[in-house]
Amino acid sequence: MTTILESDAATTAVPQSTNREGLIFEHSKRGRRGYQLPDLDVPEDAEALPASLRRGEIVDEVEVSEVDVIRHFTRLSKLNVSIDAGLYPLGSCTMKHNPRLNEELARTPGFALSHPLQPDHQVQGNLALIWHIEQTLKEIFGLPRVTMQPVAGAHGELTGILMVHKALAKSGNARKYILIPDSAHGTNPASAAFAGYQIKELKSNNRGTVDIDTLAAAVTEDVAALMITVPNTLGVFETDIKRFAEILHDKGAYLYCDGANLNSFVGIARPGDMGIDVIHSNLHKTFSTPHGGGGPGAGPVGVSERLVPFLPTPTVEKREDGTFYLDHGHPDSIGRVRAFNGNFNVLVRALTYMRSMGPDGLRRIAQIAVLNANYIRARLRGSYHLPYDAPSLHEVVFSDKLQTPKDVHTLDIAKRLMDYGFHPPTIYFPLIVAGALMIEPTESEPKEELDAFCDAMIAIARECEERPELVRSAPHTTPVRRLDEARAARQPVLRWKR
Amino acid sequence: MTPEDSRYAKSHEYINVEGEVGTIGITEYAQKELGDVVFVELPQVGTQLEAGDELGSIESVKAVSELFAPVGGEVIEVNERLAEKPELINTDPYGDGWMVRIKVADLSEVDELLMTAEEYDEYVETESH
Repeated sequence: MTTILESDAATTAVPQSTNREGLIFEHSKRGRRGYQLPDLDVPEDAEALPASLRRGEIVDEVEVSEVDVIRHFTRLSKLNVSIDAGLYPLGSCTMKHNPRLNEELARTPGFALSHPLQPDHQVQGNLALIWHIEQTLKEIFGLPRVTMQPVAGAHGELTGILMVHKALAKSGNARKYILIPDSAHGTNPASAAFAGYQIKELKSNNRGTVDIDTLAAAVTEDVAALMITVPNTLGVFETDIKRFAEILHDKGAYLYCDGANLNSFVGIARPGDMGIDVIHSNLHKTFSTPHGGGGPGAGPVGVSERLVPFLPTPTVEKREDGTFYLDHGHPDSIGRVRAFNGNFNVLVRALTYMRSMGPDGLRRIAQIAVLNANYIRARLRGSYHLPYDAPSLHEVVFSDKLQTPKDVHTLDIAKRLMDYGFHPPTIYFPLIVAGALMIEPTESEPKEELDAFCDAMIAIARECEERPELVRSAPHTTPVRRLDEARAARQPVLRWKR
Repeated sequence: MTPEDSRYAKSHEYINVEGEVGTIGITEYAQKELGDVVFVELPQVGTQLEAGDELGSIESVKAVSELFAPVGGEVIEVNERLAEKPELINTDPYGDGWMVRIKVADLSEVDELLMTAEEYDEYVETESH
């Protein structure tokens, strides 16, 4: 799958892309149609609609045939890089293989064709599914309840913080601050601010984790919660997490865990046992559903006993006779956070995955995800700088420190990786690492794919030494070359013009 | 060269004080680390700031970063040109790329809280990677 430029000729006479697929507008031909309508067989009445409601001529309306449309979008789809074509190692936001069995079951007519406004007794299977996935997540989290309504990880964060807010407000003081370490996911401060809190950042220590003393000094009666990503964005587990919980609970504050990285400890450790009060999980990364950004997503939130009364409504409950119903009767609930029951069809996929893996299989996911990331770490650590040496779990963060003396930077390395046929890793995040390259392979990659990726990374490190210009001017083989991102952001062209 | 007539914060803002008016921007090192700046969010004139308060944010092709007030004071002017031309921060951080002018509340903060050019250069040296 790789195209590697080895000759100098290739760098000077770069083959210009021959497969530029124009916009659909550029394929337009006057008068071309993708449909045939029968002739008008009633008298035409031009005045039947008032002029104000009639559409005028659309300038540059696209006129194409069906075959034009199909070929255009098929050619575009071939330019797309996806997990179905190869490793997609974006640290933090990684993609893993979505088993096709998930898709098969999500298309079961009972699930796919039901309507969210059907009465409970007609959709018992759907309610049962929501109930069962909650039971499974309760067991995984070690927490008493889980809401399945939020439709993305960040949505789960907001839901969790709103529950904390309501619980504190009910006890008389909603408090002012949320503490967030500098190694957290970027959405955490946004969610906390959106819920009305001010953010106080906690500096990481040289292991990349939060210090007990730093935390203890920061937790006052004004602090509502600590929002901590476990394991954090360096892939490092917060080994003092239980102590964090005690410090917070002593002051009446809550411990929020961003559980996006649950894939590194599912089936091995339970957040509830760590003293965590709220945790969200992005179902895509651990339970193989479509990715949030590419959507639709799901970000269920588990809570400790103290927060159960504040869960979004309705909840799905089981009667003694085995039937299920929607319970709207929680007076302290923060209310709905999403129409209907969240992205129900994503839940079907996730439960399919949980059930096909089983408890032992889920534990194995975590083990292999950690093994794969550490394999990459071990193979690349001679070629790239490892800024934090603490043992890491599901992902590994390198920097461009060894390459900067040659004036080659992280962005160049990422672009060059595209010439080797790989989707680049996450770059310049986490912010606590200058020139970060954040790699998360997931458990779905075979060793051959990991080796091909590492070979490419090692080859690029060598190129940085021997032929830095080749890397600086990459990519060379993609449909478009280096894009002018600054100009695109400063002067975005959002409409096609002839 | 880091200008010697300014003082520097650990969060890479500079302030150039003349009389009781301080001109604030980000340093050459900061603009280089950020890469091409595409958007700047600045405070309203009249905003009262304490040292360390969030002053605004700066967005580059790499990331969005917060700006902090190096010392306390009242915002008396913001650089309106940056709305149209944020790249001035990249091309001339200490000149046309300035961001905010404040009336410094307590001039002693300038010496107490901030670094000289020489100290800042050393700080950058040890901090960078």
